[in-house]
Amino acid sequence: MDVIVWSRIQFAMTAAYHWLFVPLTLGLALVMAIMETLSVIKKDEFWKKTAQFWMKIFAINFAVGIATGIILEFEFGTNWSNYSWFVGDMFGAPLAIEGILAFFMEATFFAVMFFGWGKVSPRFHLISTWLTGIGATISAYWILVANGWMQNPVGTTFNPETVRSEMASAQAFWEVVTNPVAVSKFFHAVTSGWVTGGVFVVGVSCWYLLRKRQQRFAKASILIGSIVGIVGSFAVMLSGDASGIHAAEFQPMKLAAAEGLEDGGRKAAFTIVPGIRIPGMLSILATHDLNGYVPGINDILNGYTDNDGNVIPSVAEKMQRGRVALDALARYRALKDTDPEAAAQARALLDANVQYMGYGHLEKPEDVIPPVGMVFWAFRLMVGLGMLLLLELLVVGFLAWKDKLSGKKWLLVAALCCIPLVYICGQAGWIVAEVGRQPWTIQGLLPVNVAISSLSAAAVKTTFFLFLAIFTLFLVIEIRIMVGAIKKGPQTPNE
Amino acid sequence: MTYTFLQNYWWFLVSLLGGLLVFLMFVQGANLHLGNRSLSDLQKRIILNSTGRKWELTFTTLVTFGGAFFASFPLFYSTSFGGAYWVWVLILVTFVFQAVSYEFQNKKENLIGVKPFRVFLMINGVLAPFLVGTAVGTFFTGSDFTVNKLAIADPSAPVISTWGNNWHGLEALGQYHAVLLGCALIFLTSFLGALYILNNVEDAHIHAQMRRSVKMGIMPFLIFFLPWLLILLVSPGYAVDEAGVVSLEKYKYLHNFLQMPVVLVMFLTGVVLVLWGVYQGAFTKSRKGIWPAGIGTVLVVMAVFFIAGYNGTAYYPSCTDLQSSLTIRNSSSSPFTLQVMFWVSLLIPFVVAYIAYAWHQMDRHKITGGEISDTEHKY
Repeated sequence: MDVIVWSRIQFAMTAAYHWLFVPLTLGLALVMAIMETLSVIKKDEFWKKTAQFWMKIFAINFAVGIATGIILEFEFGTNWSNYSWFVGDMFGAPLAIEGILAFFMEATFFAVMFFGWGKVSPRFHLISTWLTGIGATISAYWILVANGWMQNPVGTTFNPETVRSEMASAQAFWEVVTNPVAVSKFFHAVTSGWVTGGVFVVGVSCWYLLRKRQQRFAKASILIGSIVGIVGSFAVMLSGDASGIHAAEFQPMKLAAAEGLEDGGRKAAFTIVPGIRIPGMLSILATHDLNGYVPGINDILNGYTDNDGNVIPSVAEKMQRGRVALDALARYRALKDTDPEAAAQARALLDANVQYMGYGHLEKPEDVIPPVGMVFWAFRLMVGLGMLLLLELLVVGFLAWKDKLSGKKWLLVAALCCIPLVYICGQAGWIVAEVGRQPWTIQGLLPVNVAISSLSAAAVKTTFFLFLAIFTLFLVIEIRIMVGAIKKGPQTPNE
Repeated sequence: MTYTFLQNYWWFLVSLLGGLLVFLMFVQGANLHLGNRSLSDLQKRIILNSTGRKWELTFTTLVTFGGAFFASFPLFYSTSFGGAYWVWVLILVTFVFQAVSYEFQNKKENLIGVKPFRVFLMINGVLAPFLVGTAVGTFFTGSDFTVNKLAIADPSAPVISTWGNNWHGLEALGQYHAVLLGCALIFLTSFLGALYILNNVEDAHIHAQMRRSVKMGIMPFLIFFLPWLLILLVSPGYAVDEAGVVSLEKYKYLHNFLQMPVVLVMFLTGVVLVLWGVYQGAFTKSRKGIWPAGIGTVLVVMAVFFIAGYNGTAYYPSCTDLQSSLTIRNSSSSPFTLQVMFWVSLLIPFVVAYIAYAWHQMDRHKITGGEISDTEHKY
């Protein structure tokens, strides 16, 4: 395997590990903030002890999330050098805002939340707990603004003087910040974190009920956890619907791969699993119109007319125009100081074809097809598990509310088993989002083979195994410590 | 606001973040004292819990320092991180072990016991300042890279910034001038750590040990720092003219100090403050030496960054191809992005204010052995 493949594997592995820890951080932050709010409002020690227990779990998880997160940030530079230069001007503002507004908020108030009991007032402590979660959520927004731009690069233009994408006006910045892909991704990612937190809290609490321990704590936690999880699930569905519309509009190949749709058309059918299809459903999901046109893989390769009547060229034509753009770029830079007239002609040619510049780096049209099988099944896994988890939260939450849960041993075991499922669901979601957009690091502008650093495959292979070993060690230790903390249990009375 | 102003402003902010990062690496330095055999296990845990409440600030500053470079000088980010690969990977590895070592080490389920995690913290205490110092040292010695923006139009070799050797940054270990700065940083952070512990915990024996460490740390620091400074002042530097042409200039960094007297005053003030902090910690009963020493460190590091980048200087020189050297002018983000970030950066005083308020509230009660024994919320 070459350096491109190893760089992709390393980044995918780091992102996958990071996404094991982040959703629980986002979800638990909300759960424990609600619990601490109840303790302050009701002046009830029980809720304080309950919140403290989940904070302990939060802290164990938080450290590894930070460790994987820093590697992810720096891997943009270490492994994707060209990409870093190409996007640096656009990434700059979101990352600066994330660093200044979110990271310090999270770091400062996490310390107050964890160590500040008895040192600061209850009100200040409560504010710190909320600010820890808000900091994590703000952080998610800005990093997803960057990610959303990679999926739908709005608000920037290519500057041949600097050879990168640049923002040039307040309107452009606003377009980047309110990019619909970023907004839907933010809600989808954050609320899926709420589902993770909810399922985790419910599952762990059911274990206490199975062991007939800490029953009041467990029932109270199940109620809060299931409410957070159910609200999160419905929000995930809404934002998922928006993501589908955006994929159809901005990344039709991703949608075609997720559906395994070779040949599209109007009244396109949705495939539940191979052989079971719902007629017209895909058109409704992708366009909110039964007669909406959904292009398949072959349509995208060969060119088609979209729902607004725009003629989308074939990939072969885009590649040809991309090569024209690259050639014009080279000529423009070679001539700009010596032959202004010829340079101006080259510049005009570049401007006319720049939107396909990334295609100029592809070897053959089929390069634009992501791994269809992986995306197709990951999508089904994500949706199927998401529905199952919502059902679990509804049933367990309802029975806990009616105080009829304790005797349902099978249900308690099932809720416990849902904990790994919510992680599989989250990972599947990221596979759909990130594998589905291959081969692009930036949609249409920069394919992975041009985004890399000048490293040897052996160097990246070495660091891949190094990080894999480190993260796996951390994950195993974290799970053991978490299980130990859960077995020890909260400091609430054992009633 | 002109483009030049914005570029200079962002170099100022990167320098400030660099200064704060080196100061906050007192966390790394303090963790070196976990190896002090005269301290009991409880006393080591007091130190651990003291640095454990601040490590995230250091970590966040490192992340923000990297983020600020990415945002304001992306060509440095893509050239140095993608080129000096092994140096940055090593720095990251030591930091990620530090990140989990606090949470994991005193949990019996951690698989490998307490000691390895303490060793990780101590490795981080040595390697992080050493590698960061050596990496900054290459701002003056130069590195082996070339930059060709047109490469992106060549599908056969599209990478803009390429490194000239397969050591990918480790070759800096052979540049004695850069290594001197790395070694100096180990001892600087070590005595800053001792001064911090002296201020933050309540234990007479720890105080005595930290005062001793401050006394012992200053000499080796000076042994490495002064030769580095002298060599810097007599070395040729990488000058860049108005047209962006880079050339070697004799005594460039000495000239920078002399031509920017404010920076010289800043540097000297910083040195005096560091020495004053050391004096307070080592020879008086005061426990507040961390403040002058910390402020002094920030000033000195900022001055070092200023002479690296201001006054027509290439801050990340290429010894392979002088014209590939990175300057504040040729490596920055666009005027609009720098301007947006300028407005965002005006929030920094607000951020600093709430951090100061939160920690003022927290540090009113110094950490004691009793707190470590009694509370559940500890490392």
